[in-house]
Amino acid sequence: MLSKSDVFYDRYERKAELQHQTHYCPGCGHGIAHKLLAEAIHDLGAKDSTIFVSPVGCSVFAYYYFDVGNVQAAHGRTPAVATALKRSCPGSLVIGYQGDGDLAAIGTAEILHAANRGEAISIFFVNNAIYGMTGGQMAPTTLVGQTSTTTPWGRRPANEGYPIHVAELLATLEAPAYIERVSLHDGKNIMKARKAIRKALDIQRAGAGFTFVEILSPCPTIWKMTPVEAQRWVEEKLLPVFPLGILRDRRPAIAADGGPPRKPMAEVLGLTRDAAGAIPASGAGAAVQPVTVKVAGFGGQGVLLLGQMLAEIGLREGMEVSWLPSYGPEMRSGSAHCHVCIAGERIGSPLISNPDVLIAMNELSLRKFAPHVRAGGLILYNQDALPAGFDAAAARVVCVPASRIADDLGAARAANAVLLGALQAETATFGAEVALSVLVAAIRNPSLHELNRKAFQAGRSFAAERTAAA
Amino acid sequence: MAAEKRGFVSVDVAECKGCGLCVEACPVECLELEAGLNAYGVHPAHYTGAGCTGCGICFYDCPEPGAIEVMKIREAVHAPAHQG
Repeated sequence: MLSKSDVFYDRYERKAELQHQTHYCPGCGHGIAHKLLAEAIHDLGAKDSTIFVSPVGCSVFAYYYFDVGNVQAAHGRTPAVATALKRSCPGSLVIGYQGDGDLAAIGTAEILHAANRGEAISIFFVNNAIYGMTGGQMAPTTLVGQTSTTTPWGRRPANEGYPIHVAELLATLEAPAYIERVSLHDGKNIMKARKAIRKALDIQRAGAGFTFVEILSPCPTIWKMTPVEAQRWVEEKLLPVFPLGILRDRRPAIAADGGPPRKPMAEVLGLTRDAAGAIPASGAGAAVQPVTVKVAGFGGQGVLLLGQMLAEIGLREGMEVSWLPSYGPEMRSGSAHCHVCIAGERIGSPLISNPDVLIAMNELSLRKFAPHVRAGGLILYNQDALPAGFDAAAARVVCVPASRIADDLGAARAANAVLLGALQAETATFGAEVALSVLVAAIRNPSLHELNRKAFQAGRSFAAERTAAA
Repeated sequence: MAAEKRGFVSVDVAECKGCGLCVEACPVECLELEAGLNAYGVHPAHYTGAGCTGCGICFYDCPEPGAIEVMKIREAVHAPAHQG
């Protein structure tokens, strides 16, 4: 019995309607390629150990269809994402799936380097000689003379160059284990494609290295043909330019040294573990408490650095940390913010929607992010008083005139150190000693160390006096 | 006829996009497009009801994962050697 593979979801949860059909046009080769892949994954018994990397382009929605691990990569970055996945989950079957615009245009460098490193991943390259999703612009694989929306008189080598033969290009490299080009233009060739897909996955599973299958695929809608005509066009026009066959099938010898030594991060950083395997807190004061912080302000105010310092404090105390910067091209006097997580366990996402603490360096940041601070959280605002008409009902707001204090000490740039001090005194989530040592380590210019120490202490004093006065 | 007992193909009318690749691919020409339209406004494929050998070519040619099912009938009355 041949029927829908259980590697496909029963329903595709992408819209209220159309949950049982793919979004592909009638006669599109993606559906056939998907079917072959799903069947191969099923037959390998790899449904629970497969990670599928969906690309940008028509097949962007592949994650709606395959009931396996799914990651969607940015344009052209599938080989890089697949590399990361394979290296962090070595036992998994990592499948990259890319179209010709994705792989051969914006992602040319990615695929070359992944292949050259011999990454043990499988890339399936669907070549239909055109940009399908965006309406039919010329692709790197468009044939000479073929019309597209950007080559309305046909592709001319003098103007647009020649089609790129990706499989042949990759076959010039040392590392790849298996490279084959197949086609979906008739039943016989579909069965050959089926075999090639299985072989690529088998070789990946054996750990032999990089595997690549180029699949010539019909695109009836953009080629303006019936599905049957499109299959004939693949056979008559694409095949002579992109000949089918195995270009590489060997197990490359991998050097015996096996790469750089792998050490736990704590060991690399010189943190020693105790007998129970835990990293003891280094600071004399209280161990760091889990906290999420958003630091926001203008570029140049030390926003990102302050976030980095907070993360470093957590790191030194043996916590899990993440630091996620967000800044525009206007590195100076543009808006910038960063997310810092300090946690006792592994961090799922470095993104913080509702921080425990907001450090707002200016009014814009205060107004923008204050509403998202969790109820009972803390806001440190870099001013003498709150702006008129501002009400942060859910959070406690402390106004710390950090810029003014830093100015008085002699350098406005130390405002972030004042706020670090204020945060330390207000929350005691981390010790002053470890914060100071991080602060000194973070400031590269030794002549500024004393100033920053003073700024940090000034911030602590301000908060302490404020508390005493209240 | 032994051939008539070797296979059966069913097309899910709701999923078929009417591309016609299965009709084109079927070696024994036992599939055709219906004259009527399905809910999506295309002519879906259907089995003429005779001749399917269970070869599965239409299944692999069909771009829609769940539109075609092919059954191979194991109890080949006249040719037990073909079992399995």
